[in-house]
Amino acid sequence: MDILKVKNLRKTYHTKKNEILAVEDFSLNLKQGEFVAIVGPSGCGKSTILSILCGLDKASSGKIEIDKNLKFGYMLQGDNLFDWRNIYKNCLLGLELENNLTKENINYVNKLLDTYGLKEFKKAYPNNLSGGMRQRVSLIRTLATKPDILFLDEPFSALDYQTRLAVSDDVYQIIKKEKKSAIMITHDISEAISMADRIIVLTKRPSKIKNIYEIKLTNRSTPIQNRKAKEFAYYYDKIWKDIDYHV
Amino acid sequence: MYSNEHKKYLKKIKINNFLIRFTQILIIFLIIFLWQYAANHNLINTFISSSPKEIVKTIINLYKDGTLFHHIWITFYEVIISFLIATLGGILIATLLWRFKFLSKVIDPYLTILNSLPKVSLGPIIIIIAGASAKSIIIMALFISIIITIINVKQAFNNVDENKIRLLKSFKSKPHQIFFKLILPSNYNNLINVCKVNIGLIFIGVIMGEFLVSKAGVGYLIMYGSQVFNLNLVMTGIILLSVMATLLYYLIVFIEKRLQK
Ligand SMILES: Nc1ncnc2c1ncn2[C@@H]1O[C@H](COP(=O)(O)OP(=O)(O)O)[C@@H](O)[C@H]1O
Ligand SMILES: [Mg+2]
Repeated sequence: MDILKVKNLRKTYHTKKNEILAVEDFSLNLKQGEFVAIVGPSGCGKSTILSILCGLDKASSGKIEIDKNLKFGYMLQGDNLFDWRNIYKNCLLGLELENNLTKENINYVNKLLDTYGLKEFKKAYPNNLSGGMRQRVSLIRTLATKPDILFLDEPFSALDYQTRLAVSDDVYQIIKKEKKSAIMITHDISEAISMADRIIVLTKRPSKIKNIYEIKLTNRSTPIQNRKAKEFAYYYDKIWKDIDYHV
Repeated sequence: MYSNEHKKYLKKIKINNFLIRFTQILIIFLIIFLWQYAANHNLINTFISSSPKEIVKTIINLYKDGTLFHHIWITFYEVIISFLIATLGGILIATLLWRFKFLSKVIDPYLTILNSLPKVSLGPIIIIIAGASAKSIIIMALFISIIITIINVKQAFNNVDENKIRLLKSFKSKPHQIFFKLILPSNYNNLINVCKVNIGLIFIGVIMGEFLVSKAGVGYLIMYGSQVFNLNLVMTGIILLSVMATLLYYLIVFIEKRLQK
């Protein structure tokens, strides 16, 4: 069952000086529970695609089919926590905005905080948390409104390498455990292979789909473990060549 | 609980802070002492420079007249009223400009012109329109501080992290939610700073206004003193002003600390 269908998405930006064709042709079908990664050279239009999908921006043409009852959660670069709110209040932000602070929802947030190791930090402020913990809070804030599809726009790019590995492991497991579908943008090929069920490689701007890979790893488990799978290098090599970095 | 080294460190900080305070107070006393000494030994012309003793005497006389607190109150009243209108009004207008970008762009050049205009030059017009009363003084003070308040607050509001706004929009927030959940709280420190700057500007405006029109107030004391060559009165006025301005400044700092808890 496809819960999201995107067909021939196209986006032109208009500025005073010129118009920029950011996305030329993008299509995607997302299945329930699937984790799709989008990779491509920087500036190729990845963020553009995501903000169109979650309704922050309008496509120039193309078709997006989605069940009206489905809800989105959007996580963008950095954790964007509010320094003046404690962790608990940060997590309730989305519910507050949606006027949806029901007992049930609050219990759900509490449960998420407890389950994912933030029980003792509810009263703490973001400044006192490590980068990895902040990222987890940011994810819980997104999950609090019970979205069906998560859109992740380079969510870990502000973290250092070690933390990044650990956090992507964390976030991945949370997403899987809560049975969410997700579309994640990243420019880190290894990250994409280790997390995604499917990878869409984009060309440079104006972006089109260059290649699509179903990622099949032996003994698929957590992202960190997946990096040791024997197919890993194969995919890496392929995608690396697709992206064709020039330095 | 703490190691000895840490205790030593804390003690050192305490001693250092104490020394700073002590030296600050010492300087005041030294100035007062030297001033009085110079006056007593005719090293300075007390007719022009007055002396601490004369100032105290003047204050006591004003107090006995029953006019001391009257003048202080008048000035204080004008300052508070203009401060509240300028700060709240400025923030309100800046909010509208943040919300309605078209309006903001239209008004931008006018703000720049008004901001670079020396506001004193408006004095005569204000007096003609509003009359030689406290009203004119308040309007004067408003002009001096509200334009810069609008400009600063608007800029601060527009500087809020675009990603955080996108985040809120992804939760389908309405503009008023973005304002109250993000714009306002994230600019808390900026707003406090605007208040601190405004207190200073408002004093300038009020005293200038009182120079021009008033029949009472600390600015009037200074003006009157200079007209009758009573420099004691002028100095007294200046001292009263610096005390008042300092007190108001610390009032804001106090409120700031209170709100932080
Ligand atoms: N609001 C905008 N107005 C004009 N051009 C834009 C805007 N947003 C993005 N672009 C341009 O569109 C292209 C794609 O941007 P983006 O989607 O952010 O790329 P990516 O996320 O893949 O790095 C870039 O060349 C960028 O300059
Ligand atoms: Mg991007």
